[in-house]
Amino acid sequence: MMNASGKKWAFIAAIVLSFVLAQFQGEINPYFLQIIIYVGINTILASSLNLINGFTGQFSLGHAGFMSLGAYTASMITITFQATPGATSSYVMFPVALLVGGIVAAVAGVLVGIPSLRLKGDYLAITTLGLGEIIRVIIQNLDFVGGARGLVGIPKLSDFFWVFSVVAIVIFMISNMIHSTYGKGFLAVRDDEVAAQAMGINTTKYKVIAFVIGAFFAGVAGGLYAHFVSYITPSQFGFIKSIEIVVMVIVGGMGNTVGVILAAIVLTILPEALRGVAEYRMVLYSLMLVVIMISRPQGLFGTGFKRFFKKQAA
Amino acid sequence: MSLLELQDCTMKFGGLTAVSGLSVSIGKSDLIGMIGPNGAGKTTAFNMITGVYCPTSGQVTFNGSNLTGKKPYDIVATGIARTFQNIRLFTSLTVFENVQVSFNKSLNHGLSHSVLQLKKFREEEDSVRRTIVDLLKIFKLDGVKDELATSLPYGDQRRVEIVRALATKPKLLLLDEPAAGMNPTEKVELMKLIKEVKERFDIAILLIEHDMKVVMGICERIFVLDYGIKIAEGTPSEIQCNPKVIEAYLGEQVET
Amino acid sequence: MSQLLQQIINGVSLGSIYALIALGYTMVYGVLRFINFAHGDVFMVGAFVGYYAAPRIAPLVGGNLFLVGPIVLLLSMIVCSTLGVTLEKLAYKPLRFRPKITILITAIGISLFLEFGGQLVFGPDPKSFPTLIPSTTLIDTPNLILTSTPVIVIATAVVLMLLLRFIVMRTKIGTAMRALSFNQQAASLMGININTVISFTFIVGSSLAAAGGILYGSLYPSINPLMGVFPGLKAFISAVLGGIGNIPGAALGGLIIGLLETFVTGYLSPTFRDAISFGILILILLFRPSGLLGRYEAEKV
Repeated sequence: MMNASGKKWAFIAAIVLSFVLAQFQGEINPYFLQIIIYVGINTILASSLNLINGFTGQFSLGHAGFMSLGAYTASMITITFQATPGATSSYVMFPVALLVGGIVAAVAGVLVGIPSLRLKGDYLAITTLGLGEIIRVIIQNLDFVGGARGLVGIPKLSDFFWVFSVVAIVIFMISNMIHSTYGKGFLAVRDDEVAAQAMGINTTKYKVIAFVIGAFFAGVAGGLYAHFVSYITPSQFGFIKSIEIVVMVIVGGMGNTVGVILAAIVLTILPEALRGVAEYRMVLYSLMLVVIMISRPQGLFGTGFKRFFKKQAA
Repeated sequence: MSLLELQDCTMKFGGLTAVSGLSVSIGKSDLIGMIGPNGAGKTTAFNMITGVYCPTSGQVTFNGSNLTGKKPYDIVATGIARTFQNIRLFTSLTVFENVQVSFNKSLNHGLSHSVLQLKKFREEEDSVRRTIVDLLKIFKLDGVKDELATSLPYGDQRRVEIVRALATKPKLLLLDEPAAGMNPTEKVELMKLIKEVKERFDIAILLIEHDMKVVMGICERIFVLDYGIKIAEGTPSEIQCNPKVIEAYLGEQVET
Repeated sequence: MSQLLQQIINGVSLGSIYALIALGYTMVYGVLRFINFAHGDVFMVGAFVGYYAAPRIAPLVGGNLFLVGPIVLLLSMIVCSTLGVTLEKLAYKPLRFRPKITILITAIGISLFLEFGGQLVFGPDPKSFPTLIPSTTLIDTPNLILTSTPVIVIATAVVLMLLLRFIVMRTKIGTAMRALSFNQQAASLMGININTVISFTFIVGSSLAAAGGILYGSLYPSINPLMGVFPGLKAFISAVLGGIGNIPGAALGGLIIGLLETFVTGYLSPTFRDAISFGILILILLFRPSGLLGRYEAEKV
């Protein structure tokens, strides 16, 4: 792909471009803008989960839990400090709120990462699922953030610039990591933990780091989401949401950076295009999941890691 | 002073005693072999040394420090590396990347550097890359460095595993049945390779092996395990005449 | 204290249903080493079979409740066994030697397919489950109201579990199942046809889940296509609690979880019901992953 300095220039260009485009945001049909923003947010979610699931091989089904922590934290901050769209103070307050949201989610990532140290495969999946649900139940019982009724009045601070800057940051960061020597440690943990340890990799550390970074960006994505829709409820961040993100990673190909981005784009636009058959959406999703896993587990896009999925000796 | 010392190590799994009272001493530039019938406890001994198992009793000392109970990746940091009985290469990585993993322990930069890719990071990455290519050249694997490691023929995969272990810059290399699955020509090459590795990298080597030609051919000293107990220790010629050893192998051929 | 007996009855009846479902999880895990996420939805299908079959069967036997119940139960068990075996052959068998993650995701996919497909086919709104158990009040005191329903639920579950024990311990195929759960390679070398045994495991497991569905519908007469989600998870937690792969363990686990949930709902607060069960799961997995009755399996290096 690109070399190191090429990547850096692309990254800076992306940020500048998103700022420029954000100025023309008002010209776009609000419906299309919404789709574009959702594409950006889902890209962040899918890429961050890809780090945990795809690159490090830790099967996490509770990603929406991290998203909700970031969403609620960031929203409480902007509401408490009465940030308003357009005000100059918001240009400082919003990134700070997002950051804090991400950090809260990252702390949760540590707490989720710790059980992952001893659990594999199915057990880890169920545990992360359980933890995601526990987070949802806790939020549901916190009246000061609205409980089950939800949180209203979140200032609409998310725009094209903020969303796609974060997209650029996530892609830049994860891509750099994976192509470095350090990043190979994650892949080693995924392929064979025992061998990884024998080569000096502290598998515990890598797993927790994957969860922390993945959770952090999920939290930021949550904050971006909350400040776009202005009203959030705990049920928006349940198991189904986690599954939607997992589907993006699977379809894109676990560990395939570009594939996951493409999948996020397609799987955000597709349901909108299929508005008329909304009730069939989840049925089609689940069928797609099954068919892909049986026939092309490396995902639809790119060759990914076909060998990883080839038949292993019994 | 010896490099590695096992003092009276015992490994019990519930009611099963895999290894009992094993005491072994390995010096800085020794080439030692560990033999014994299947199930004698050889791989268990390896696992005790490398931290995969924590000995039920006894002590493992390396370079003067106590290794007993430490985690495998900490033990690697002190200078012990190993290969596996069933080759455990990283299935989705190329030959180059497999070796690259081992460099993690000696990296001078961490997460933030690999993300921001500052100058120091790039310099170190380049240096790592050069070292890996040089290492692969020694083992004549540089031509396949971008091939998927598990797509290579079996003998080459074993070599990659050895290179990967050497990349951790160990003082002691443990080889678990390196000749398994090799034809006679490959075995002769392997014997040469092991001797070369010892000389060139100035390390001690401990190997488990079933093939007597290989063991007798290159090892300076040999331990014999049977049912978890060390029944004999000595030079190849001493071992070959040892009645206890012959008895343990009764019914099996001592030479291939 | 006054409600204690009542809660115990409720807890045991709920627990016995969880046990029935948990048995399916544990048996499949025993022979395939994989958690069949879709199992809870087989339970749901069982309930719906009951819903659609009962009104059609009843006129055939003159409305005799003592006949309708068992016939519907049997029918449901047959339908669900077929479903279970079909899923196994179509979706799980091709993935038998792939990495665990693949089959895990597939199972999730099937689970979702059954849930949302169910919403499409049956309609998402809750339906009222027909009365299959003749309901008479047995005890009527201020402290305890006991109807025949929970009694029959518990009795049916016990009978099925005893039947299962007989099959597993005394029949050839049951022994084959146990052999398979210990060591697949050795079992096949002993002449056991692995595919047959696996299919049989799914038949038995799905039948029990179907029974669970019928009993659950009788106990809590509102059914909907998503009804398998939480009971499925609770049953899974029960199986893990008892020791996954261990059959008596699953029964024990189901009982404990059922009682625990009932007490938490009754004495604490309904909102914490699910969280408590998940909490138990996490504690078990962290501190005693082999469960109460299970055995620990180490990885060979």
